[in-house]
Amino acid sequence: MHSDRASLGLKIAAAAGLLFLHLPILLIFVYAFTTEEKSFQWPPPGLTLKWFAVTWNRPDVWEALGLSVKVASISTVIALILGSLCAAAVSRTRFFGRETISLLVILPIALPGVVTGIALRSAFSIADIPFSTWTIVLGHATFCVVIVYNNAVARFRRTSGSLIEASMDLGANMFQTLRHVILPNIATALVVGGMLAFALSFDEVIVTTFTAGQQQTLPIWMLEELVRPRERPVTNVVAMVVVLVTMLPILGAYYLTRGTEAVAGQGK
Amino acid sequence: MSAVSFDHVSRHFGEVKAVDGVSLDIPEGEFFAMLGPSGSGKTTCLRLIAGFERPTSGRISIFGEQVADLPPYKRHVNTVFQDYALFPHLNVIDNVAYGLMIAGQGRKARHAAAEQALEMVRLGGYGTRKPSELSGGQRQRVALARALVNKPRVLLLDEPLGALDLKLREQMQEELKGLQRQLGITFVFVTHDQGEALSMADRVAVFNEGRIIQVGAPEDIYFRPEVPFVADFVGSSNVLPAPLVARLTGTESPAAIRPERVRLAGEGPLKAVVTGLSFLGLSTRVTLDVEGTRMTALLPQDAARPTVGETVALAWAEGDLHLMRGGA
Amino acid sequence: MSAATDTLTARDGVSTRLSDTLWRRPKLLLVLLLLPPVLWLGIIYLGSLFALLLQSFFSIDHFSGLINYEFTLRTYAELFTPANFDIIVRTVTMAACTTLASAVIAFPIACYAARFAKGRWRAVFYLGIMMPLWSSYLVKIYAWKLILAKEGILTWALEGLHLNWLLDAYLALPVVGGNSLSVSTTGTFIVFVYVWMPFMILPIQAALERVPVSMLEASGDLGARPGQTFRHVLFPLALPGIVAGSIFTFSLTLGDYIIPQIIGTSRLFIGQAVYQHQGIAGNIPLAAAFAVVPIVIMGVYLYIAKRMGAFDAL
Repeated sequence: MHSDRASLGLKIAAAAGLLFLHLPILLIFVYAFTTEEKSFQWPPPGLTLKWFAVTWNRPDVWEALGLSVKVASISTVIALILGSLCAAAVSRTRFFGRETISLLVILPIALPGVVTGIALRSAFSIADIPFSTWTIVLGHATFCVVIVYNNAVARFRRTSGSLIEASMDLGANMFQTLRHVILPNIATALVVGGMLAFALSFDEVIVTTFTAGQQQTLPIWMLEELVRPRERPVTNVVAMVVVLVTMLPILGAYYLTRGTEAVAGQGK
Repeated sequence: MSAVSFDHVSRHFGEVKAVDGVSLDIPEGEFFAMLGPSGSGKTTCLRLIAGFERPTSGRISIFGEQVADLPPYKRHVNTVFQDYALFPHLNVIDNVAYGLMIAGQGRKARHAAAEQALEMVRLGGYGTRKPSELSGGQRQRVALARALVNKPRVLLLDEPLGALDLKLREQMQEELKGLQRQLGITFVFVTHDQGEALSMADRVAVFNEGRIIQVGAPEDIYFRPEVPFVADFVGSSNVLPAPLVARLTGTESPAAIRPERVRLAGEGPLKAVVTGLSFLGLSTRVTLDVEGTRMTALLPQDAARPTVGETVALAWAEGDLHLMRGGA
Repeated sequence: MSAATDTLTARDGVSTRLSDTLWRRPKLLLVLLLLPPVLWLGIIYLGSLFALLLQSFFSIDHFSGLINYEFTLRTYAELFTPANFDIIVRTVTMAACTTLASAVIAFPIACYAARFAKGRWRAVFYLGIMMPLWSSYLVKIYAWKLILAKEGILTWALEGLHLNWLLDAYLALPVVGGNSLSVSTTGTFIVFVYVWMPFMILPIQAALERVPVSMLEASGDLGARPGQTFRHVLFPLALPGIVAGSIFTFSLTLGDYIIPQIIGTSRLFIGQAVYQHQGIAGNIPLAAAFAVVPIVIMGVYLYIAKRMGAFDAL
């Protein structure tokens, strides 16, 4: 293998792989405009903007969206606090049980979501906790911690440890050091971690089906539509909007970390 | 009053005795160097003064004040870090003004003071740049200005020249010495480079395995090493083993002699076989085998050169053979 | 001097005094940092897992439908009845097939991204991998429902190419076939691969990026043909990355219950079994026992992966 030029076979295989990943998502964009109401007919018999207006006026969609945003916001805040505390502890000091802490943080996404889901569900029923926004948040925050943690740990690792010592050497106590040195240096990592955590929570469905009870987040709403379709064109429109909305944090995360490090949030 | 004093200070990391019962006194206004190989405890000593480490046992005082319970931000010392530790998110002027900002000085006053400090290290007008836009030597000066602007009573320097190339290093040595003389503050300087320590410091402490082996003026360290380790580490003296010295002088102890003080003569107390010659420009280095002990001699360029394999006699002036303590 | 210090201490604010205490007691600082995350994860997550584990040792009275709170292994024995064991075998087989197919498709992408993509193309590849990975899970499944539907784009394309006889012949096959692709095991498989494959790319890419270019050149210099370089140099070096990626694809497939519910046959996967037993059937102990299966499988899998050095590639 020449190291500077790819062989034709490799080029074709890589391009085909990327097309395989992207074409289905692009298809969603076409279906959002179809005039066909009852089936998934291709090619679309006609194009229309009508379903955007219909979707706009659907209160159930707005309610689901509202709940999703609320849950994702609270979960992100909790994950930011817990994840950065954990990252600070693990990266600043060597202590007995460091590996265990890392494992504990990673476990909620390393184990299948259905396990996390049913575990929380049975715990809620044992502890007699009624379903609410907070039961959803409890689950989401738990698996969002690792996203923030990964980003913050990577940044801490790249930040010279002597910066903190330098700040204290120059007269700043720990809280002043936190405000003037640590936070400015890990800020982008936290923003990226927060955006990815938000995206993850916003999209989560497996754990949520166990912790939501009768409430509907946007993914639960979509799941209902997939299992028991009511108005397919509305689903099409919502699907397209969801794709567009989830792209934003990813693009944002990319531009913030460009040239510094990979977005350390591969585990979803 | 001494600026810094250690009284039987130890710092252990688990089983490792990084600093092991060190006592020392650094008078005010002295340029003091801590010299030793890596892992010898010199950097840990510096960190103990700065307050980044706390002693396992012993007492440290700075200008007579016990500092065991004082965190770094309450000590009147400042540090120039080995990697400079400039804050990457701040520009040069805000880096230098950081200490004054924390102390509560207004923006205008602290920027004026910072600019003055920058001029002192010949970086006036560089204030708006980011540290990443500076060369290694410039970063080093900013780090220096950032420490000095706080008017510390003791300035700690951790291998400050280690990352610079040879030419810059020599220039900075001159500048540091000049600054120290001009400001009159105590400098404590950590280095593993014996040339740097000897040329800059008023006094040098040689560290090995967590202990101070010898403290003294550069000439003492260089010409009168007390133990073989110092002789060997500071400028590659010849160390003669105790039995050989016993035969020569009647005293059973190791002895050191500097290579440039060894002469090749027709007659002398020691016979040696020449094992190698290398041309060094101003002098020629002759490696010798004396009954199994390796020695080197530096011959001036005009001296007669022996040939490899020849047996020669070695001679030296009376005071050049320096008797040492055994051990270490 | 000490008098000056005393006045200094007296003037200290709360934050400085707290900071002093933390400096004097670094362990206290560590405890304070770790306490919130460890409490959260320990109580909420590990506590729930433990409760789940406990339930799997109970059993259900099939007549009354009530849970019998006595320690028993009977529920675990139930896993080995033919119907239930079938579910486990089917799920593990699917996870293995998905992992294998993902590795095959992901490898060229990762290889190109790691070794050849430069400058602008590097960014294109990076986003090209991250966007589908982070796109909505349900939307991705939905897209395939559109594609695989009888009246969908795939049938249309094959008709255009006059190849629909091929699809019909394939669907007539037992096990993998079905009425249409969207209700066949093949459909489930395609969607699993589509949804989880991106998780395979990044670890392989990371592993390949750590291979020095000179090593490949050395192999070429020594007379290896490209195929040989791949087999003897590139592949072994990428293996930790593949294993790391397979942790994701395997685990995610193992626990998924939504994809087979929407696209595929009525035959159950572990996730569906868990969901149905805890929901409709109310058989929490059996659901818990089913949930322990992926935990055990992943435990073994992670142990092997760790011994192969796959964690360095994560």
